[in-house]
Amino acid sequence: MDNFRQLTQYVLSGLSNGAIYALIGFGFAIIHNATGIINFAQGEFVMLGGMLTVFFLVFCGFPLLPAIVLSILIATVAGITFERLAIRPLKDAKPIRLIIITIGASIFIRGAAMLIWGKDTHALPAFSGNEPLYIAGATIMPQHLWIFGITILVIIFSRLFFNHSIIGKAMRACAYNAQAASLVGIDVKIMVMLSFAISAAIGSLAGIIIAPLTMTSFDVGIMLGIKGFCAVIIGGMSSGLGTVLGGLLLGLLEALGAGFISASYKDAIAFIVLLLILFLRPEGLFGKKETERV
Amino acid sequence: MTKEKRQITIFLIFSFVLLVIPFSLRESYLLNVMVFIGIHTMLAVALNLLMGYAGQISLGHAAFFGMGAYISGIFTTRFGLDPWLVIIMAALCAAAIAFAMGFPILKLKGHYLAMATLGFGIIIYIIFNETVNWTGGPSGLSGIPNLKIGELVFDNDFHNYYLVWIITLGVMLLSINLSQSRIGRALRAVHDSEVAARVMGINAWVLKVQIFTVSAFISAMAGSLYAHTMTFVAPASFGFNFSVELVTMVVVGGLGSIYGSFLGAAILTTLPEFLRVFEDFDIIIYGLMLIVITMFMPGGLISGLQLLSQKFFLKFKAKADKGA
Repeated sequence: MDNFRQLTQYVLSGLSNGAIYALIGFGFAIIHNATGIINFAQGEFVMLGGMLTVFFLVFCGFPLLPAIVLSILIATVAGITFERLAIRPLKDAKPIRLIIITIGASIFIRGAAMLIWGKDTHALPAFSGNEPLYIAGATIMPQHLWIFGITILVIIFSRLFFNHSIIGKAMRACAYNAQAASLVGIDVKIMVMLSFAISAAIGSLAGIIIAPLTMTSFDVGIMLGIKGFCAVIIGGMSSGLGTVLGGLLLGLLEALGAGFISASYKDAIAFIVLLLILFLRPEGLFGKKETERV
Repeated sequence: MTKEKRQITIFLIFSFVLLVIPFSLRESYLLNVMVFIGIHTMLAVALNLLMGYAGQISLGHAAFFGMGAYISGIFTTRFGLDPWLVIIMAALCAAAIAFAMGFPILKLKGHYLAMATLGFGIIIYIIFNETVNWTGGPSGLSGIPNLKIGELVFDNDFHNYYLVWIITLGVMLLSINLSQSRIGRALRAVHDSEVAARVMGINAWVLKVQIFTVSAFISAMAGSLYAHTMTFVAPASFGFNFSVELVTMVVVGGLGSIYGSFLGAAILTTLPEFLRVFEDFDIIIYGLMLIVITMFMPGGLISGLQLLSQKFFLKFKAKADKGA
């Protein structure tokens, strides 16, 4: 029975990490679908969310909710600024230049965070205490419930937004064909900017809700970012639900691998999965194959 | 002067200057910095073959550098093999891995290629950290012997300077030569338009794998030299950050320019020395440099220098014409 309890424990923590990867993956997909860019600075928005909230909550003494809202706002503004200053001027550049630009931005944001907040690791207090709950013999922290709840909410909202609001539909139109979209009167520039804003907001939210469990520091963005990317690659860029499943799958694999095989190779699992998927099925497990136009 | 002659002259002047520098630099500290610039130049040139010539990015090149360093370190300290033999072995080994990885990895393009190479680099970095019995783990591997030829031991900066720079100059010469060859032209074609290149009968995939292999070979060689000159290696030198630093060197210097790689390596190696007063500022400055240069000077600093010298030359010429 003990093994079973351990298993449920791994599964729970795996799923909650997986939910975070899925949220971060969403951010990648939104920008990629609008612009064709993989934003290497995505992980830095996640870091910004956590660090800003720690800053407002612990150092400025704000209550939790305003601290969170303010942090998401600032991260969103950072996302918009980044798009406006670095991405828009290079819209039609070759991928190699765009990759380098987003890497530059990611280093810059990380460096700025290190200068402002130092190199220490910070813990964000859990949203509703550290009293564990017992479900089916496994312990679960309230923070896990927050993570599941918020992830589900974000998924529902983004589905409603992209399928039923006029702006969301306009953004999808740009993703299919930017030129055609602009011909029917959609301002493509605004939509691209909006994709960066939404992506930064979701990323920072992910960073905030994970911070009480894993701690945060100026350099958490790299790993979280890459794992989010891994989630979206497993699921396929074109599939929203696929990203969620990809994230959960990755989280589970990591937790089980760390628990039953070796904790020190935990991070390697994500990258091996990433490479395997990229080699064998680059369109993702759930994505549709894209035809390439020349 | 024909283009070829001019290039030979430039290379000879460049080599001559570098080879007489140690006689004017008596200070060991500066020589030491120059040794690092040499190793970094070798790495930047290797990465430039891939990025500048073939237009393919790698965010995991520190892995090949690390493979060279660790293979040299492990086989000379634990098995007492001849260091020179191990250097060749290490380079061949890294090249073989690059060759095997190259086929699936270079099928990917653009952003996906960047992520895949990044993942590869981090897997190797984790292996360096976790195989403690072999690599010594995070605390590193020490006691790596210096290289020697007969009685000549490369155990001081003066000797290491020549060791590193003679090999670096060789690598630079080969790379310049490569760009003039059929392969170099084919690579440029792939860079500009892979589809067009394939239509012309170039096997772009195999070509990219080949250049990736050569690049890994050179990087591993640089790693071996690093291990033998430092006599100590630790995984922190071969992580993601260093891969990004290498990309920065290539971009700042100039994509596709071999002398640009030297310039980029020199700047990025000396920058932390200048910034020592403002500790921790280097990372933010790397980021800014990457953004600003990519946006406003896609040819890198070397193209800026060329433009400046051309302008200067034209002005000079105009004055001379007036005078006459």
